[in-house]
Amino acid sequence: MTIVQFLVLGAAMFSFGVYGVLTRRNAVLVLLSVELMLAAVNINLVAFDRFLADQLAGGQVFALFVIAVAAAEVGIGLAIVLLIFRNRRNANVDDLDLMKL
Amino acid sequence: MNAWFADLMVLAAEGKEIELSDGGVLADFVWLIPVVPMVMAFVIVFFGKRSPLKGWGMAAGTMGFVALYGTVLFLMNTFGDPIYHEGTVHLADIGSQTLGAHIGDLMAIEWGWMVDGLSIMMYFVVGVVGLLVFIYAKGYMHGDIRYTWFFASFTLFAGGMLVLVSAPNLIQLIVGWELVGVASYLLIGHYWEEHENSSAAIKAFLTNKVADVGLFIGAIMVGTSVGSFRFSEIMAVIGEGGGDSALSRFAFWAGIALFIGAMGKSAQFPLHVWLPDAMAGPTPVSALMHAATMVTAGVYLIGRMFPFYNYDGFADETRWVIIIIGALTLLLTGLIALVQDDIKKVLAYSTLSQLGYMVVAMGAGAYTAGLFHLFTHAFFKALLFLGAGSVIHAVHSNNMSDMGGLRKYMPQTYWTFLIGSAALAGIFPLAGFWSKDEILASVSYAGSNYTTAQGGAALGNFVLVIAILGAFVTAFYMTRAVSLTFFGEYKGKAHPHESPKVMTYPLIGLAAGSVVMGFLNMPGITSFFTDSVGARILAPLDHHPESIDVVLALIGTAAAVGGIAVGYRLWFADKETQKLRDTFHIPVLYPLLERKYYIDDFYMDGIVRPVRGPVANAMNWFNGHVLDFVVNGAGFLARGVGKYVYAFDQRGLDGAINASAGATGASGGFLRVFQTGRVQQYAVMIFAGTVLLVAGFIIF
Repeated sequence: MTIVQFLVLGAAMFSFGVYGVLTRRNAVLVLLSVELMLAAVNINLVAFDRFLADQLAGGQVFALFVIAVAAAEVGIGLAIVLLIFRNRRNANVDDLDLMKL
Repeated sequence: MNAWFADLMVLAAEGKEIELSDGGVLADFVWLIPVVPMVMAFVIVFFGKRSPLKGWGMAAGTMGFVALYGTVLFLMNTFGDPIYHEGTVHLADIGSQTLGAHIGDLMAIEWGWMVDGLSIMMYFVVGVVGLLVFIYAKGYMHGDIRYTWFFASFTLFAGGMLVLVSAPNLIQLIVGWELVGVASYLLIGHYWEEHENSSAAIKAFLTNKVADVGLFIGAIMVGTSVGSFRFSEIMAVIGEGGGDSALSRFAFWAGIALFIGAMGKSAQFPLHVWLPDAMAGPTPVSALMHAATMVTAGVYLIGRMFPFYNYDGFADETRWVIIIIGALTLLLTGLIALVQDDIKKVLAYSTLSQLGYMVVAMGAGAYTAGLFHLFTHAFFKALLFLGAGSVIHAVHSNNMSDMGGLRKYMPQTYWTFLIGSAALAGIFPLAGFWSKDEILASVSYAGSNYTTAQGGAALGNFVLVIAILGAFVTAFYMTRAVSLTFFGEYKGKAHPHESPKVMTYPLIGLAAGSVVMGFLNMPGITSFFTDSVGARILAPLDHHPESIDVVLALIGTAAAVGGIAVGYRLWFADKETQKLRDTFHIPVLYPLLERKYYIDDFYMDGIVRPVRGPVANAMNWFNGHVLDFVVNGAGFLARGVGKYVYAFDQRGLDGAINASAGATGASGGFLRVFQTGRVQQYAVMIFAGTVLLVAGFIIF
């Protein structure tokens, strides 16, 4: 197995994630797509770690950090989505134009 | 100190050797005496209102300091060795190649402090009398609308006088002289809401200015011909003797010019007109002005320049002018006091009369006698004014026709006023007796020693007669004032009451001074005053009698008692108070006195009006033609410039501002398209940006 295979997989997953973030209307699915992008990045990190044979295993450690941060982020994100749903009876990001002044 | 001074000491002490002291550390810090009040005057202006006592505390504290310092110096000087110390700070040089006899010399402008018998005596008087008057003023000025401002100018007044008396040179003396003038202007016009009062202030100021011209000319003549304004330098030139020195050539006219200056401040006839009107100020001001500061300045100046007026070959020929002016003042103004109804004006004319005595003494060459009278007079005249103020405070009127019978209501004021009156009249053994007797003795001694140039012996005897007549008149009007104020029936409307303690205690203090101060210089018994104050001056005629001249003393006392007796007959014994007084109208003399010899009318109709009319016309013409032309021209110019400025403003500036506003609007319109509020659109833009950046990095 060459590193290219991992990189292609990572790029594909990242692209799916970007597509999901930009097109999905449901906020939950937007969050899932973000997770997909993070997973793609993790694949890249682990692949490069092995490829470069890093003695400190920096890539893997970083991947663990990303997973931890992603977990926290999802926790907060879902809580926000839940509150928005409660207040507005839907969670479509299209309807959320409050960021306009 | 040069050798010349040492000679002076020996001569002045009439053969007694005098050890001089330099005053030590105490003399080094005498500069604080004028500086502290001057600084405090401004401190009171800025911080007085917010201080707990509204400025009174600072003012009284300042005077307390001066009084304490002055008293210590006075006691040291009187009971120890006489002090002589001159401190100087060099400020600047003035002059040109053509000034005076000392061609090419620059003349120094200096600030300094004099510590000698004369100035120590003045520190003492200004400090002690001033402190008592300041304490009294707390009660008298209570509730005044400009309470703090009053104490600020009052402190400035005392401070100006202290600058004057501490001056070791003529320039600083003039500075102090003018400070006193300005402060007196502020204080006389304290109640400026009434036109009369502000006029009085202006009158005082202008009359003094007329005289100041004399002082300036005299100071310039003396200063340039000596090459220095320092008194010690001037005295040194005088000490070398007359001969052909520049000073002796100018001496007569310089002496006259300086004396005109003294006539203004010391209110000598015919420049006395401002002093009675100065009664418009609050009573404490009158008290201080008539006792310690202001009017004493002229006598002080003559005292300071005394050798100049008494040395052969110098201004000794002006002496007959001085003595005649003094004699005229002493008698004429004393007579006016007889017809005044305003109690303060009676005292004001009395001050004029007493100043006449001092000037006569100075003119007669009696240095010690003149200054001793100044010294004692300060105490009893301040006492009388404060007593009058206490009465005015009680009955709310200045007029004696609204008083009467106050003896029962205000016993402390009555007794102290009585002591002051007796001292002024010269009743044994109060202070006025000793000083007046000393003047009579000196005039009689000097009269017989006059040279023809000085007016001759006849003039001396004539002045002696006038001085004795003056003593009679003094007792006469004081008896009148006491009778009308404190005896008979009360004629006013307000309910009289004794003044508060803050006012009566200063009265008691000054009464004590009026009793004891004469004992400093009893002929044949004590000579503290002569030895301390007179010690620095070589005076050929200064004469402290070895023993009392019994005949003269008896004549003087007889005159005073006679005055009291006539006054008693006319006013005191008159049970129906009004009757006899109103019938005592001698034709011709009475209207003459009532109108004050028409001097005010002459000044007004003879000088002020004729000058004022043309000056006003000239000013009007100047205003209508010259000033209006300038103003119109400026207006025309401004309009032309304005036109161009307007065009530039409309086109240039407005264009730039509108353009920038338009650009802002347009860019806003463009950018608003992108701000949709949709999170995903923003995400697209971020992603697009990222892609562009990455592409950029990869390509380049």
